Amino acid sequence: MIDWPILSIVTFLPLVGVVLILLIRGDDAIAQRNIRNTALFTTIVTFVVSLFIWGGFDPENPGFQMVEESAWLGGLVTYKMGVDGISMLFVILTTFLMPACILASAAIKTRIKEYMIAFLVLETLMIGVFCALDIVIFYIFFEGGLIPMFIIIGVWGGKRRIYASFKFFLYTLLGSVLMLLAIMAMYWNAGTTDIEQLLAHDFPANMEFWLWLAFFASFAVKMPMWPFHTWLPDAHVEAPTAGSVILAGILLKMGGYGFLRFSLPMFPEASELFAPLVFVMSVVAIIYTSLVAMVQEDIKKLIAYSSVAHMGFVTMGIFALNEQGIQGALFQMISHGIVSGALFLCVGVVYDRMHTREIKAYGGLVHRMPLYAAIFMVFTMANVGLPGTSGFVGEFLTLMGAFQANTWVALFATTGVILSACYALWLYRQVIFGPLEKENLKTITDVNARELIVLVPLVLLTIFFGVYPSPINDVTAASVANMVTGVEQALQAAEALDLAGTQ
Amino acid sequence: MLQPAVPNLLPALPEIVLAVGAMALLMLGVFRKSDSTNLITGLSIGLFIVALILTMLVPGGTTMNGAFVMDSFARAMKVLIFGAAAIALSLGVDFVQREGYGRFELPILLMLATLGMGMMVSANTLIALYLGLELQALALYVTAAINRDSPRAAEAGLKYFVLGALSSGMLLYGASLVYGFTGQTEFAAIADTLAANGVSAGVVFGVVFMLAGFAFKISAVPFHMWTPDVYEGAPTPITAFFAAAPKVAAMALLVRVAVDAFEPATREWQQVLSFIAIASMALGAFAAIGQTNIKRLMAYSSIGHMGFALVGLAAGSQAGVQGVVVYMAIYAAMTLGTFAVILSMRRSGGMVEEIDELSGLARTNPLQAFFLAMLLFSLAGIPPLAGFFAKYFVFLAAIEAELYVLAVIGVLASVVGAVYYLRIIKIMYFDEPVDAFEPAAIELKTATAAAGTFVIFFVLVAGPITSWAGRAAASLF
Repeated sequence: MIDWPILSIVTFLPLVGVVLILLIRGDDAIAQRNIRNTALFTTIVTFVVSLFIWGGFDPENPGFQMVEESAWLGGLVTYKMGVDGISMLFVILTTFLMPACILASAAIKTRIKEYMIAFLVLETLMIGVFCALDIVIFYIFFEGGLIPMFIIIGVWGGKRRIYASFKFFLYTLLGSVLMLLAIMAMYWNAGTTDIEQLLAHDFPANMEFWLWLAFFASFAVKMPMWPFHTWLPDAHVEAPTAGSVILAGILLKMGGYGFLRFSLPMFPEASELFAPLVFVMSVVAIIYTSLVAMVQEDIKKLIAYSSVAHMGFVTMGIFALNEQGIQGALFQMISHGIVSGALFLCVGVVYDRMHTREIKAYGGLVHRMPLYAAIFMVFTMANVGLPGTSGFVGEFLTLMGAFQANTWVALFATTGVILSACYALWLYRQVIFGPLEKENLKTITDVNARELIVLVPLVLLTIFFGVYPSPINDVTAASVANMVTGVEQALQAAEALDLAGTQ
Repeated sequence: MLQPAVPNLLPALPEIVLAVGAMALLMLGVFRKSDSTNLITGLSIGLFIVALILTMLVPGGTTMNGAFVMDSFARAMKVLIFGAAAIALSLGVDFVQREGYGRFELPILLMLATLGMGMMVSANTLIALYLGLELQALALYVTAAINRDSPRAAEAGLKYFVLGALSSGMLLYGASLVYGFTGQTEFAAIADTLAANGVSAGVVFGVVFMLAGFAFKISAVPFHMWTPDVYEGAPTPITAFFAAAPKVAAMALLVRVAVDAFEPATREWQQVLSFIAIASMALGAFAAIGQTNIKRLMAYSSIGHMGFALVGLAAGSQAGVQGVVVYMAIYAAMTLGTFAVILSMRRSGGMVEEIDELSGLARTNPLQAFFLAMLLFSLAGIPPLAGFFAKYFVFLAAIEAELYVLAVIGVLASVVGAVYYLRIIKIMYFDEPVDAFEPAAIELKTATAAAGTFVIFFVLVAGPITSWAGRAAASLF
């Protein structure tokens, strides 16, 4: 149907915007406005074009679609792009959140040109991660994203931005370099870096063990899983609003995506072997980071810890190794991408007005900002996982999947739902309700038109997917079913081999 | 058939041109009354370019009774060396004028050093090897101390000379052991003898001594001590020259000796090189963190990078040598680009070398800061920049050779190394600006922009460059 390389077009379209921005001269108000508009226009066009991917996507087909391939790097690596049910929605999520990020950057006044360029480059690299069908290409996009994000946090971040940017960069890099070595080992074992062929390749069991660990090092940091999560609160707190949105909305999802794309289908035996470890880490993440979230004094930090807890549900669902768990994990990632992104945007709204993120500095906002209170309510509820919001579907499915795999895990994880209600509702109460006592809050204004344009679509999607989740589940179903079958077959084959060996 | 009285010298034509050219320029400098520094510098750059073009055109083969070989590997490395030498020389034009020690001997000495490098790369016997190495080294000792009035430059030159002489002695001793135990000086003949008679302990001693000598030339740990002092003490354009071409030449020589002459002893030198590689990567990464002088920092950075390049050679395979060739090409480009920025760090009071002087460069000179940032990210090995591919190929070879410990330590060292590159980027981008530098000379701007563009767009030309390196590596196996 589509014979033009739509994935490459969507991936590299933001770079066209970069070139256009580079052509804009001057640093006056008009030039700044032009730069903002160009960036916004580019991201919107990218989003619209990316919808064609969804339009042309065949949900019945469990394999890769819209595949493009051309030789590169002297035959060692091919430039290969394609999407399946697992990756497609992440592409849309990325292109969808980007215009919101650009719009939410009105408070950025300095070095606006570099700012927009960094974001557009980041968009290209993020889309590339989800489209890449060659593992080296994947790695290049995956790691390349560090450069713009480092600059974004370091230049436009808060007080401790330098510490946060270094921590972010080095932590993630440290996790990833081991994965790079694993990728090389896979190349020499399988003779290819093509993901499709690697998925069909059967790695020796003891090799799987090490490869799994190397990939785990990278994705567990990126995710982030407890106890590798300490970079996240720092990065979140210091990053500018749009940076936090991207970090929570997209970058964290790369870890989960990596587990689903590589760890599970390529190393099924090791995945089964390590599943209990992941369960323990997930449950600790859910409970421990929820408790930590309760005592935070900084709004962004609270949301950051809540992100870690929610990612705990994702890893738990993925390693339940059944359809419900994985579908739920995917849903949870998409939903969390929307909800946590929106929460950071909400924080940005009040931060732009008051220039503080301290919970104590707020209170009684509902009196001056009724609209804001309503919007913030929706996302708080979605964060808690209230039925009827998108947050519920993902948590419910992952818990169901985990229940099949291990009842105790499900039991402990469910307490996380209660804990998330504790901190989220407490935050809401502290910020929105109560008397409006603080002097400087008495003149605060409600959300303006620009902020509404950003937030309303997110509100609608949160409720829409909560009530009617099948657009997402239909897309992911075939690919997830296919993957689970593949994993089960591999595990059975390994078991048969073990039995034959012992007899 | 009768042997021709004069051997076919065509394969050595680039070197002959350089040798004759250097002598002609020397006479021009002596007999011309007025100051001829600029003229001679320009002509030297021209001669480098001529030699570079000739390198690509001359036929391959051996000459001078097998002492001089011109194969794809030598061709590739010489293109790099002559290119790097020409660029490094042109980077210094403005500096030499402003600092007022215009001396026409300088370009000629650098030409002689480059001639020595060409001979090193093409050396096919132990004697030719030593000849090339010493020609290169002696010329460079002088250039390190060319700024006669500066005690630091004199110290740098002396240090370089004393330690260099020591390493030459070790190399020579090793070569004599190898000759004593094999009875051969030609590389291929040594390999044949070793393959036939086995590797005796004496030969292993010889190999280790020779490796020590080479390790000094490429400034690998534990023979790296001279590097920071010489980098800091020598005038910056000379440092830029030191950092690129001689490293490429010494690495090429090391590769050729290891692979051509001591192929049967691969297991022995593999261990030594693995150790040197690990030590260099680790020291380069950790020692650079505390540096405040950017030239010293680049010295430690180069020590680390030589360690990474050695990872490829330690693999002992064709893929490994290919990795080394790619690494050296990218390394030379990155280093020269970075030094072009260092050379433009000039305020009204003269050159500045402290890293803090770069504060806020992103605002006073966004373009230069951007290119330097890209070069530094590339030096740190972050994709999609060129430096990532350099590391990718050497580690790919190490994994193939199952040198897992080496590879793991290597990538971890690269993470530590990222710290100090990031620190410079932080100073440029995150810190408040200090006074702007004086406008840089056009050749410095061009070199920075060219190197920056190269590391960014390397992804697009990675295919042809790697297959070119692959052909070069294949000619050794």
